Amino acid sequence: MRTLGKYLTLGVIGLASLFPHSAAAELKTIHSEKSLYRNIFVTQDGNLRCLTFRRATEGTRQTCITLNDPQYLYFPYARMMMGSLYLNPNPKHILIIGLGGGTLPMAMRSLVPDATIDVVEIDPAVVKAARDYFSFKTDDKLKVHEEDGRVFVKKTMKGGPQFDLVMLDAFEDDYIPEHLLTQEFLTEVKSILLPGAVVAANTFSSSGLYPSESATYAAVFGKFYNLKAANRVIWAQNGALASAETLAVNAKVLAPALEKRGVEPGHLMSIMQDRQDWPDSARILTDQYSPSNLLNGRGKR
Amino acid sequence: MRTFAILGISCWSGFMLMALELLSGRILAPTFGSSIYVWGAIITVFMLALSFGYLIGGRLSMTSPHIRILCGLHFLSGLLLLPILAFETPVLDSIFDYTQDPRLGSLMASVILFFLPAMACGTVAPYAVRLLVEDHKAAGFYAGLQFFFSTAFSAAGTLLTSFYFVLIFEVNQILLLLMGMTLTMATAAFLISRQSSRGRTL
Repeated sequence: MRTLGKYLTLGVIGLASLFPHSAAAELKTIHSEKSLYRNIFVTQDGNLRCLTFRRATEGTRQTCITLNDPQYLYFPYARMMMGSLYLNPNPKHILIIGLGGGTLPMAMRSLVPDATIDVVEIDPAVVKAARDYFSFKTDDKLKVHEEDGRVFVKKTMKGGPQFDLVMLDAFEDDYIPEHLLTQEFLTEVKSILLPGAVVAANTFSSSGLYPSESATYAAVFGKFYNLKAANRVIWAQNGALASAETLAVNAKVLAPALEKRGVEPGHLMSIMQDRQDWPDSARILTDQYSPSNLLNGRGKR
Repeated sequence: MRTFAILGISCWSGFMLMALELLSGRILAPTFGSSIYVWGAIITVFMLALSFGYLIGGRLSMTSPHIRILCGLHFLSGLLLLPILAFETPVLDSIFDYTQDPRLGSLMASVILFFLPAMACGTVAPYAVRLLVEDHKAAGFYAGLQFFFSTAFSAAGTLLTSFYFVLIFEVNQILLLLMGMTLTMATAAFLISRQSSRGRTL
């Protein structure tokens, strides 16, 4: 048996060497794992360490940190998500759905040190990778719950409204958990929001999903701010949406802290808009009708 | 005509079963999420229901097998979709009140909502084989034929539901469609069998 094991191991190594990660010669894979939900790779290229799902190529990077400056938010979407603080600069209780490498919770932990943060991540292996390779740390005020985001929200609803910031960051490059993008889910999220609380959602800027996704957010939250770059980030609010003037004031106050993390002063305000840019006929996504992945696959860049 | 009707029921039964299994994931996701546990629970319950269905269908085929009974079993599997449509929300809500564990919760919900219709689908296969086989030497051939049609249509039911139906219809609309088609197929096969048996006696 032992000999057979040895041959099997040799065989696996042999096979692996036939398929090196040749996409970028300088890109080193420092950790790879098949989890219950996906393939997880941690890659390193010089000082840039990234978490990628599915394949160890650039297109599917979830999180990247620069090792020489871990506070720097490498991806524009992460900066856009942090910009949701412009709507409420001082949240006390934050919920983040989707951990990735833990960039968002760690940035929030240091920017708003008094806030308690709950993070929900379905995949235990992602939590472990975040801890082992991306300096993600839990403490008294930062807790991680390993379960489905929708189940967590449903359980939390029993305690009534309690969050003043909810960050939705559970979408992957080419997979959307469809039950996390329906009118019913967003209504459940809204029911755990305190008055004036903020929702920030990281999603896609151009695909067949855009009109339906927009219509769904609008159906639940009314008007919202829309930021589009490579990704799309939505800033919505429970109640009246803060005016652009209020945001500009808060942006100035937060500018020094955010600039250290790569957020150029004024940049987010310049790409933010609140006008409807989808047709009225867009079909709202519901628990009964939620073909988000099929829609997202249509007309993607 | 008789063979055609039996195979027709086999095809649609396979189609309906897998379309239902696919939709069951959507039905449970809003309450118990879409973690691997939920899919594990769904597949477990469907497999168990099928296995008992095979047992019951096989046992039923031992006493005076008739195509009308096959039509009845198929009709029943369609009717059993009705409780899903009627009680899905209160069932899921009360299970969630009882347990928030996605493993136990989705197992309970799958048993209550999907066990009976899946079991009724399971009864069709052995019963249909019994009706098709006239000479025991050809038993394997007819069993293979029945498995081929029902499984190929299971594949079609999976593909059409996941790629197309969900893009056009709501979950409950698809369930209604499946129910309507099943009842129609069972009735049509029943009428065909009656006509062909009359033809034979004349």
